[in-house]
Amino acid sequence: MTKTLRIGCGAGYAGDRIDPAVTLAERGDIRYLCFECLAERTIAIAQLEKAADPGKGYGPFLEERMEAVLPFCARDGLVVVTNLGAANPPAALEKTLEIARRLGTGPLRLGAVTGDDVLETVLAGNDPVAETGAPVRDLGDRLLSANAYLGAEAILPALRAGCRVVLTGRVADPSLFLAPMIHEFRWDLGDWRRLGAGTALGHLLECAAQVTGGFFADPGVKDVPRLEDVGFPIAEVSPDGGGVITKVPGTGGRVDLRTCREQMLYEIHDPSAYLTPDVTADFSAVLMEDLGQDRVRIANAAGRARPESLKVSLGVREGFLGEGEISFAGRGALERARMAGEIVLRRLERAGIPRNLVKVEIIGYNALLGPIAERGFPVPSDARLRVAARLEDRRQAERVGEEVENLYLNGPAGAGGARKAARPVIAIYTTFLPRERVRTELTIREAP
Amino acid sequence: MKRKLHEIAHSRAGDKGDITNVSLFPYRPEHYALLREQVTAAAVKAHFGDMVRGEVLRYEVPSIQGLNFVLHGTRSGGVSSAPDLDAHGKSLSFGLLEMEIEIPGGEG
Repeated sequence: MTKTLRIGCGAGYAGDRIDPAVTLAERGDIRYLCFECLAERTIAIAQLEKAADPGKGYGPFLEERMEAVLPFCARDGLVVVTNLGAANPPAALEKTLEIARRLGTGPLRLGAVTGDDVLETVLAGNDPVAETGAPVRDLGDRLLSANAYLGAEAILPALRAGCRVVLTGRVADPSLFLAPMIHEFRWDLGDWRRLGAGTALGHLLECAAQVTGGFFADPGVKDVPRLEDVGFPIAEVSPDGGGVITKVPGTGGRVDLRTCREQMLYEIHDPSAYLTPDVTADFSAVLMEDLGQDRVRIANAAGRARPESLKVSLGVREGFLGEGEISFAGRGALERARMAGEIVLRRLERAGIPRNLVKVEIIGYNALLGPIAERGFPVPSDARLRVAARLEDRRQAERVGEEVENLYLNGPAGAGGARKAARPVIAIYTTFLPRERVRTELTIREAP
Repeated sequence: MKRKLHEIAHSRAGDKGDITNVSLFPYRPEHYALLREQVTAAAVKAHFGDMVRGEVLRYEVPSIQGLNFVLHGTRSGGVSSAPDLDAHGKSLSFGLLEMEIEIPGGEG
């Protein structure tokens, strides 16, 4: 068998560009197009939207993405797999059906996978929060969402049923890509080596342009052409789980050993034990070969038995983040920014906000690299004070930005460009559930 | 002679909660041994100073000439609740590349 399966990645985060997915559908010669659109916090925000309106709670830009790709599903048999269902896959299904009707796509089978929402399960159980050890249920109404990371297994029934669009909630990112491989090559769900190899390809694809030249360029050192037209990635998967990472010829960006190496270890801890719901993947002996023309062969990723339990991401209300910024320029800019920071700290202390809760950083100097920057970088020609704190009380959080803004009239000379903001914080915690306590279900709709 | 890492290596940072991983790869294959020898977990921990509250672990992936550093406690609470400007810690790769190592004379 030499037949390969071509899978594209149409988005690497909720707000990602729309047009690269259209390029993939038009010119990528792909069978599957997967969109990874669900950051940890996105689902908690979607849960709040669903509570306010039962027809909402799916991911942002669902309409735009479906309008862009549904015609290809109907005409070319393209299959779309995405976690854009967010907190409400059934609502995403109805919305997608409505779009298909409006576009007049013709017959199209659409599916929604549910079961990742385990809020009631964890509130009724004794499961501990991994980070604190306290029972999840003690979080009470601070707990906004609890979603288990489903694996490829949950997507398979929809693919077997012939769905051209599969909408899920929380699914582990690489599983979105692994499911089509398992389905097309009829891999056994206990074939850990192939599942590990496929997961390596899924991991390389899941952040879209991050493997094709995005998040990589450093002018004069690591040059990348035309990031304004960066092509999103394609994996040409072989039946044994190895494959080639590439992109549509003529698009911007690049695929080479360096882009693939960087993305291989992105968000990885132990490269020999990358845990997903499908497999314990092992990238520790992965091989890469640059074939030229933006093609890199990936081989020798492996795997062992999958973890016993499923990871559950908990969205928890945790007060408010208040922040303020203001800039200083020219001679002594840094000293005036420092002085301004100290004034704000003293004012906040007087308002009952201790300085150990307050982050003071100077943008252009030490905001990103702290002590590393303070060891011998040249003094900037402008310095922007930023003060931020996470506080339980919204009014207290607002005070942070107000005290920074007050520096206009009450602070050091030449303070300009103040901005302030306060927003609710949703923190993410973790718990684990045995697989048997998570049941998934498929709902199918037919576009006429 | 002392050289900064960015002269011989590239890097990428990613986050999971308040843990940041920073990978490191040499531009030239012959420099991998140098990175392995000098860019130890302890050296990286010292380089980042109080930006890293917890431990630093190092993993090696020689088949792609990679080192992977896992920095515990870089952000209080992770991306959704950290007060830091770069709540993800995505810029920390360029922090690692500011580290100095000793390159044997004439090389690089």
